[in-house]
Amino acid sequence: MDLSAINPVLLIASLMVAATPLLLAAIGELVVEKSGVLNLGVEGMMIVGAIAGFAAAVETGSPLMGFVAAAVAGAALSLLFAGLTQLALANQVASGLALTLFGLGLSALMGQRYVGVKPPQMARVDLPLLSDLPILGRILFSHDVVLYFGIALTAAVWAVLKFTRAGLILRAVGENHEAAHALGYKVVKIRTLAILFGGACAGLGGAYISLIRVPQWTEGMTAGIGWIALALVVFASWKPWRALLGAYLFGGVTVVQLNLQAAGVAIPVEYLAMSPYLITILVLVILSADKSSAPASLGRSFHASR
Amino acid sequence: MKLTKLLTGAAVALGLAAGGALAQDKTKVGFVYVGPVGDGGWTYEHDQARKAVVEEFGDKVETVYVENVAEGPDAERVITQMALQGADLIFTTSFGYMDPTINVAKKFPDVKFEHATGYKRAENVSTYSARFYEGRAVQGTIAGHMTESNIVGYIGSYPIPEVIRGINSAYIHAKKVNPDVEFKIVWAFTWFDPAKEADAAKVLIEQGADVILQHTDSTAPQAAAQAAGNVVTFGQASDMAEYAPFPRVSSIIDDWAPYYIARTKAVMDGTWSSVDTWDGIGPGMVGIGEISDAVPAEVKAEALALKDAMASGEYHPFTGPLKKQDGSDFLAEGETADDGTLAGMNFYVEGIEGSIPE
Amino acid sequence: MIRLEKRPQPSRAWSLATPLMAVLATMLMGGLLFAALGKPPVEAIRTIFWEPLFGEFAFYYRPQLLVKGAPLVLIAIGLSLGFRAGIWNIGAEGQYIIGALTGAGVGLAFYPMESWIIFPLMILAGAFGGWAWAMIPAVLKTRFGTNEILVSLMLVYVAEQFLASMSLGLMKNPEGFGFPGSRNLQQYDSAHNAELIAGTGMHWGVVAALIAVIFSYVLLNRHMLGYHIRLTGEAPRAARFAGVKPARLVLFCLGASGALAGLAGMFEVSGPSGQVSIDFNVGYGFTAIIVAFLGRLHPVGILLAGGLMALTYIGGDIAQGNLGLPSAAIQVFQGMLLFFLLALDMLTNFRISIGKPEVV
Repeated sequence: MDLSAINPVLLIASLMVAATPLLLAAIGELVVEKSGVLNLGVEGMMIVGAIAGFAAAVETGSPLMGFVAAAVAGAALSLLFAGLTQLALANQVASGLALTLFGLGLSALMGQRYVGVKPPQMARVDLPLLSDLPILGRILFSHDVVLYFGIALTAAVWAVLKFTRAGLILRAVGENHEAAHALGYKVVKIRTLAILFGGACAGLGGAYISLIRVPQWTEGMTAGIGWIALALVVFASWKPWRALLGAYLFGGVTVVQLNLQAAGVAIPVEYLAMSPYLITILVLVILSADKSSAPASLGRSFHASR
Repeated sequence: MKLTKLLTGAAVALGLAAGGALAQDKTKVGFVYVGPVGDGGWTYEHDQARKAVVEEFGDKVETVYVENVAEGPDAERVITQMALQGADLIFTTSFGYMDPTINVAKKFPDVKFEHATGYKRAENVSTYSARFYEGRAVQGTIAGHMTESNIVGYIGSYPIPEVIRGINSAYIHAKKVNPDVEFKIVWAFTWFDPAKEADAAKVLIEQGADVILQHTDSTAPQAAAQAAGNVVTFGQASDMAEYAPFPRVSSIIDDWAPYYIARTKAVMDGTWSSVDTWDGIGPGMVGIGEISDAVPAEVKAEALALKDAMASGEYHPFTGPLKKQDGSDFLAEGETADDGTLAGMNFYVEGIEGSIPE
Repeated sequence: MIRLEKRPQPSRAWSLATPLMAVLATMLMGGLLFAALGKPPVEAIRTIFWEPLFGEFAFYYRPQLLVKGAPLVLIAIGLSLGFRAGIWNIGAEGQYIIGALTGAGVGLAFYPMESWIIFPLMILAGAFGGWAWAMIPAVLKTRFGTNEILVSLMLVYVAEQFLASMSLGLMKNPEGFGFPGSRNLQQYDSAHNAELIAGTGMHWGVVAALIAVIFSYVLLNRHMLGYHIRLTGEAPRAARFAGVKPARLVLFCLGASGALAGLAGMFEVSGPSGQVSIDFNVGYGFTAIIVAFLGRLHPVGILLAGGLMALTYIGGDIAQGNLGLPSAAIQVFQGMLLFFLLALDMLTNFRISIGKPEVV
């Protein structure tokens, strides 16, 4: 055992990279759930984003175009979900699961030509001076632009939810759709927009995996990250900054676990892998004392009967 | 049993009905895959070999495959389906297909089955597997020379004999050329999860490894090494040539094509019999991808000499004197490990640190 | 202007017609997809829907429909009870895994003793395992008001890790040359859930699924508890006035669905699958949620929906083998089928009216 082999600076830096796809998908789903909709199709939207982004980046040679395409593709897929749950009033749990099934299949079909292809590389943001700072430079100032975007998005979502009228309306719709409707807000329209935002974010998260974190395309490459993002939203109790913290924690468990293994510490890997989920359950229990945290209308269909 | 008779009857009837003129000159070969053909690794290579069979025999064969088949009852159904549809030869390409293959084979005595990496055989069931540990010996040799930090990182999938064998073989040969070498091993507990593999590679690099060996199938570790800049890697399962000449300096390639072609030929000629094949570099089942120019010429020559010695059979990667990790004797001077020991290998050799997870 | 009007009662005619319309719409869109992939569309559709039922080898595929459909129906029946009452157990996959582990664990503990008592004990253990796993969200819900959707989902991942740990450790076959996976229970007579009549696919799990359908039908239509379940789902406030104890209902619904999922896992591991292995679970627990909704949470509907899902799986594999369709195309096809079923379901509960809304 040699714990000194673990370099905490590098550990934190790579933990941030591991956390980014989770964070992007979770922030999107957070907004969706705040509006009172539970979309279990995150995994499906992520993987479609992963291939759409990959394909666009390869064809145009620009990773940024890839991310744009991924967001569009994720949103397009989520539009299906919105149609089902908001217009046809189908059950959200079943629709979300169907979306994941559909997305996994669709991505594999789209990706047939892209196995074994190398995508164009995304340049690291290189800030002179800042990147050269000891310790902080490596942790904070030498990542790709999408990672910063994820953090900025967290801040933006937090600010919008907390300080703006739009955020207030969104929360109102999620808390009590009948009351919001009575006040004259267009529940279906607001929820559809939230679902589209969630889809776009999930698509970005998927593309982060296929373009930066791995980077390659293989079928089924998201390997369950979309599901973890769902857990993360709950863990964060629908608060953006806690989602950021949670993403680092969830992403961190894997990285730390691998670090300990490499340092020769004998750890029961399976039991460590369970821990984020057990912690999430614990958080849920603690939160249940505070009834205000979960959007009250979560998962319920809305139909204006008037 | 009634069903057995019924199925056998159906198979026979089919053979007779079609057998007259047509089926005799067209051999039908089925392939059952555990992953998608687009996984770029294990299943991809099996499908490449299937294509090689088509290439080789042209109109004389018809191949069918089903991908993403879960181990268990789904596999049993798909294998049966192929046998019913008149396949003459069926390759089942995952360890978990072992019992389903044996079950179906009992019902179709006239169909030949080939199960990859298992240990159960029957009259009409052969098993085949590759001695990947021979390739690991070559990798170990190159790794021992190339490392400057003397730390070699190893990404394992699951702690099973196949993987442990590879670690031991690589370590023994790295140690031989570089007594100071040290292995850092992480278990990903997955065969395929690109994101996790990328993390594992990064962790190893951060902890000082400048050579990464992987026993998982994606190219994610290659990309991580490339990003790090000065880390050597080896392709796994497929050549991963897109990362050559650096970081990927060589590779182990699963080359099932010669075997699949030979076995298909045997069915055509009526010479097929149940065998247990465990082939290595010699017969070409384990390919060593081109050693790139990033490797010094004398190291390359040494690695190739080792490869030739194993191909001709004059050298065995597990040759004594060797001790186990706990210090007890494994092989005496000049003794080589028998296949039974290798097949069930569940211990590290002396010098590797850490314990195998349970 | 096109508007939706809620029907006072779900339409009987539409509830029968929409599944057929959905299947037809899927055939049409699926056909286009297959044609786009360069495969003969009509042949592909025929292979998926016709071949398993009436094709040349239907004598083999029909029993397989039972094998594939039984766990789906068994789990979905349990889930439907809770779903009707607005209690959302989406962690059946985890309960299925734990039921398989406890059931197989009991069998393996007795190995190699042969006795008639072993299999009944395994059944009990399987049901108990699933029940106990479902009791975690149930108790947390009743004690602390914790959201059962999320807790049950989290426990799926925990169960998957348990499964990996068991196949690599405690339950590993000591004669398996170090490979992961337990002994094969098919080769251990006392623990083998064999076909009751050879060649029919009829094993104890299928029997249990059929019994569950009948029980659930009787419960929902003839029993006070069933009435309470329906009342709670349709009018929670009225239910409270009628004296329904929500906590008890939660414990019952989650417990029953967990036990049935556990049973399904146990029957699968001791029969068609045979062994505990890392990839033992193939998503039945999640697919069953879809089956429950496709069947409109009605016992007979679930039976039919389970059959339909099984058909697309089996037919899909045949289409892969015969026509070279990629498995991804089959997944997309299944996804489309679900979308259409869910979308058209609306017609059962709503009327589409064109023009100005009437003034009531």
